[in-house]
Formats: sequence, structure tokens, C-alpha cells
Amino acid sequence: MAPLLEIKGLKTHFSTDDGILQAVDGIDITINRGETLCVVGESGCGKTVTAMSILKLIAMPPGRIAAGEIIFEGRDLVPLTSNQLDEIRAKEIGFIFQEPMTSLNPVLTVGEQIAESLRRHENVTRKQALERTIEMLKLVQIPNAEGRVHNYPHQFSGGMRQRVMIAMALACKPKLIIADEPTTALDVTIQAQILDLLQDMKERFGMAVMLITHAMGVVAETAQRVVVMYAGKVVEEADVDALFADPGHPYTQGLIRSIPRIDLDSAHKTRLEAIGGSVPILINPPVGCRFAPRCKFAMDVCTDKEPLLRQIAPGHRMACHLGDTQLGGAA
Amino acid sequence: MSQYVLRRLMIAIPSLLGISLVLFVVLALAPGDPFSELATNPNVPPEVQAALRARFGLDDPIYLRYLHWLNAMLHGDWGFSFVSRMDVDTLILQRLPATLYVIGSAQILALLIAIPVGVYAATKPYSLFDQVANTLAFVGFSLPTFFTGILFILIFSVTLDWLPFVYTTDIKATGIHYVLEMIRQAIMPVAVLGLFQAASMTRFVRSAMLDVIRLDYVTTARAKGLGQAKVIVKHVMRNAMIPVVTLIALQMPAVFGGAIVTEQIFRIPGIGSLLISSILSNDTPVVMAVTFVFACLVVLFNLIADVLYGWLDPRISLR
Repeated sequence: MAPLLEIKGLKTHFSTDDGILQAVDGIDITINRGETLCVVGESGCGKTVTAMSILKLIAMPPGRIAAGEIIFEGRDLVPLTSNQLDEIRAKEIGFIFQEPMTSLNPVLTVGEQIAESLRRHENVTRKQALERTIEMLKLVQIPNAEGRVHNYPHQFSGGMRQRVMIAMALACKPKLIIADEPTTALDVTIQAQILDLLQDMKERFGMAVMLITHAMGVVAETAQRVVVMYAGKVVEEADVDALFADPGHPYTQGLIRSIPRIDLDSAHKTRLEAIGGSVPILINPPVGCRFAPRCKFAMDVCTDKEPLLRQIAPGHRMACHLGDTQLGGAA
Repeated sequence: MSQYVLRRLMIAIPSLLGISLVLFVVLALAPGDPFSELATNPNVPPEVQAALRARFGLDDPIYLRYLHWLNAMLHGDWGFSFVSRMDVDTLILQRLPATLYVIGSAQILALLIAIPVGVYAATKPYSLFDQVANTLAFVGFSLPTFFTGILFILIFSVTLDWLPFVYTTDIKATGIHYVLEMIRQAIMPVAVLGLFQAASMTRFVRSAMLDVIRLDYVTTARAKGLGQAKVIVKHVMRNAMIPVVTLIALQMPAVFGGAIVTEQIFRIPGIGSLLISSILSNDTPVVMAVTFVFACLVVLFNLIADVLYGWLDPRISLR
């Protein structure tokens, strides 16, 4: 079966005063129907820009999709105008944003904000839209949904607002939900609840989820497949088990080692490992591997030649010169 | 809501009392009073002058005179204008309609220009339209009304002879001709005042829109596929108008102040020109009354701003 969404060679650039910022630089991502795909990486790796590019929600200008195709159900979204994309937004692809505190309009009731999406995409009356909205709020476990539907966002807590956001994204039963760090702004206990809820909803509606996160813990809990991004590029892609069992790319290894662990006994407890340095600013990026300056395995070849994605096991690809037999490098 | 308004009106009482006291004291300390003219009139004997001053209580201490004025005001007696030989309240009521007509029309004109232009400019920042609008707005609020007023008179009245340059209240026409003439003579003062207001308001609307347009919830609205027009009107404008409404309401007193100048230029027999002429002729009761009316307007528009604020922004509860 053809994948639900196929991103091919996507390049999203922003013009800045200092030059062209290549936020996303030629990435391929595939999402199958009903699958949960996690996109991980540090802040500034291009995860959010990738997600926003799918529905052209980046500010244009200064942003621009410079190259690539975004094929959703056999149709390329890149050449579509904003008006044409409006038919797909929320109806086919729903969005959950990072900041529940700022992602809801403060002067409209939450009910109105959910219902307007229903009224836009489905042929429903005001009354039907309200009923469906209450139904959605019940589904995301907001107590007293009939009363709360007329409340304003400031009358909800952060976790409750994120539930409202989920209800909003799910209202039109889209085939794909893009959740951009949906739990980052929340307390740890609420994070788990929200992730469970997302998982629940996904199973109930059979939709695919593209979950963007920087937390490897979230990945381990939710993902089926994982794409690791670094500096605007995909550096590794694998099934979740394979990725945690046998991370290929030094960056992925670093991310996994940076998860705090409480299962080790005190004799094995060590300082939490961090990856030194930070993500480079992507204006005139260096040739070769973009991770090389922070990589403890960096070789001469790494700063000369850009590593391409290659298969290292079935369904497991990575972009690193390490262990590449053609280069004769040592793993 | 009505309880809130009622309480605000109650709070307004002490502030109005305070304002009236300050006004009264300042006017009492100023040189000259309605009878200073008599002093220079050789036909009035000094003892008659003294008798008159005593009768009207002008030589009483300030606090007694203030209490006297306050008592009269509370009984609806605004005083008597010695220059116009009529009651102050009749005089003000005679002059107020012209001012309200011109200022009201100018404000409506300003809003009709500022909101669409500001909103459209903000949706396409740094576009040609935005830059032209910005430049014109900059020119607009750099030119004072007394300059543009005279310029307009020179062009449209003197050179082209299209519009009358003296505003008159006794138009010798009836029916539709009266209405047309009223509109015709108001065009220039309304344009001068309205365009000046529109210039600063446009800039303000634009920046308020730009502040909101980048916010997360606007992206959320876009992600719902609502379409540009709906996103702008329902999600951006609704929020951007909150500060704009406050600004407009709080600017109203300044608009009345600006109207004083415009009324002088176009000879509009409004409340502003009444204030100036009564200051010049030492007509203290009128000066006191007009400035007090302005003070009431300031308090009133502050209240209107607060009520609108609460209505536009559900996060503010008026209790």
C-alpha cells in the first residue's frame, strides 16, 4: 500500500539579514497509514519547520519551500495555494501545537474554536457543531464538557488546554495528526496522561501520528518508527526497537545516553552524559558531516565528504561514515 | 455589568469634584473676572461697582464662592454669561451640536480609513501598499491641523471655490438643500480633523495587528483551514482591537482639544470656539462650565474604554 505521506527531498529555507538559513535541507520522511512516527532531535534541528512545511504554516516570506515534494495520498502539496491547502488543513491533516498556553485564542470560547473547524469542513449546523464539540471534549476526558464548552481558554489549566487542542485537531477525524512537542510545556505527570490520550485516540480513529519531540523517553513510549534529525538533515531512521537496541549514528547514541536512568544500581551510576556543543546555525553550513564538530568519532573524511543515508540493516538507515566499508573506516 | 458601570460612576463623583475644585481655584487666581470690564467703564460709579461685586459674592473667600458654585451646579444652575447675556447651559447646548457633529463625523471618517488600511497593511507588511500607507500616515500626523486647515481653505475655497470656508448655523434653506449645505460646509473641517486622526490611528492599528498576527493561536487558526479573511477578521482583528479601542477612547479628550483649533480656523460656532472667546472676554462662568464639560467627557470616555475592554476581552471581568 502506498504510504499516507511521503516527503521527498524537502528543503525549506528562510531568508535572513545574514543570508539564507537552510532550516530543512533535503529530507525524506515517509509515514504509513495508522503508524506513529517520531521525529527527534535537539531544538533547532528543523523538526518543527518540517512539520509546518507540510501544510505551509511557516511564515512565507521569509520562509520558502525551496525544493522537494510532499505527497499526501498521491497528491503533491507543495504547488498548492494556501486556499487549496485549506481543504486539507484540519480535515485531512490535524495539528497539535507545542504551547497550549498560547495556541488557543484568548477571546473565543474553546467550544467556538473547535466548532469553527467542524463548520468549515463539514456540512453541519451550528447546533450539530456544538453537539459534536461537546462529544469531542468528552472524548478527551474534559469533565463537565457541556458546561466547559462555553468557557474561555484562560479558565483551563495547561493540561486541559492541551486536551482541548487534541479535541480540536481530532474534530474532523483527519487521517494524519502532526503533534509538535505536545507535552514539552507540561508537567511530567500530565505529559504521560496526554501521551496516553493521544495513543488512545490514534487507536480509536485509526489515524497516523507524526510526533515531534526532543525527549527520547517519549519516543520509547509511543513510537513505532523513529526519524532522527540533526541540523536540517535526517541522520538515522529505524524501527523503535532497532534504534534503541542498536543506535548507529553517534548523535543517536548521544541522545539515548542522555536519558536519565533510575534502573542502574548506585555502583553503576555515572554523571548523565551530554553531547558537547550545540546545533550549528544553518547559514552557509560547513561541508561534510554537520555533526562532525561535536562527534567524538570524527575522522578526516567527516569534514570533507557529506555522509549519505545508507541501509545498515533492513529498515534501518543512517548517514554516517562510521562502519562504511567503502571508506574502510572502523566501526 | 450594570453594577460595574454604576460603581464606576460613583467613583467618578469624587474625581469630578476634585477636578472642579482645581479648575475653580485656577480660574479664581487668574487675573480678571466678569466685572473687570466695569472697572474701566467711566459711566459706572465705583460704589455701584462695589455693590454689584458684593451682590454677586465676587469678594467672598474662594471656598465660599466654590461652595456657592457647587450648590448652584447641583441644582442645575450653570450660571449666567455676562458677555452673551444668557444662561451658560443654554449657551453650551446651543454650541454643542455643531461640535459633536463635526467631531463625530471626523472620528467616523478616521475609523473608516484607519481600520481597513491598517489591517490590510499589516497582512502584507513591507509591501508597496504598506509603504505608501505608512508614508502618508507619517505625513498626515506630521502636519498640524491649523496648517492643513488653512491649506484646504486656500485650495478648495479660495482657489477652486468649491466649498464655503465659514461654517454657519443659520443656513437659509430648507429640506434637502439644508442637509446638503450642512454636509458641504462640514467637509473641510471633518476632513482636516478626520485625516489627522486617521493618520495616527492607522499606524496604531497596523502595529496592533502585527503584534497579534505572529502569535501561536493565529497559526492554530490557519491550521484549521479557515481561510485568510476569516483568520484575519475573527482571530487577529478581534484581539488587535482591544488596545485600539482603549487608545481611541482615551484619545477622545485630545480630539476635543484639537477641535478647538479646527473650530477657530473654520469659524465653527462650537464649544471650542466658545471656550476661546470666553477666555478672551473674561467670561468666567462659561470658561468654568466648558472646562468642566471637557472634564466630564474625559471621565465618561475612560469609563467607556473600560466597559469596551471588558466586553472585548473575556479575561477581564468587570466586577
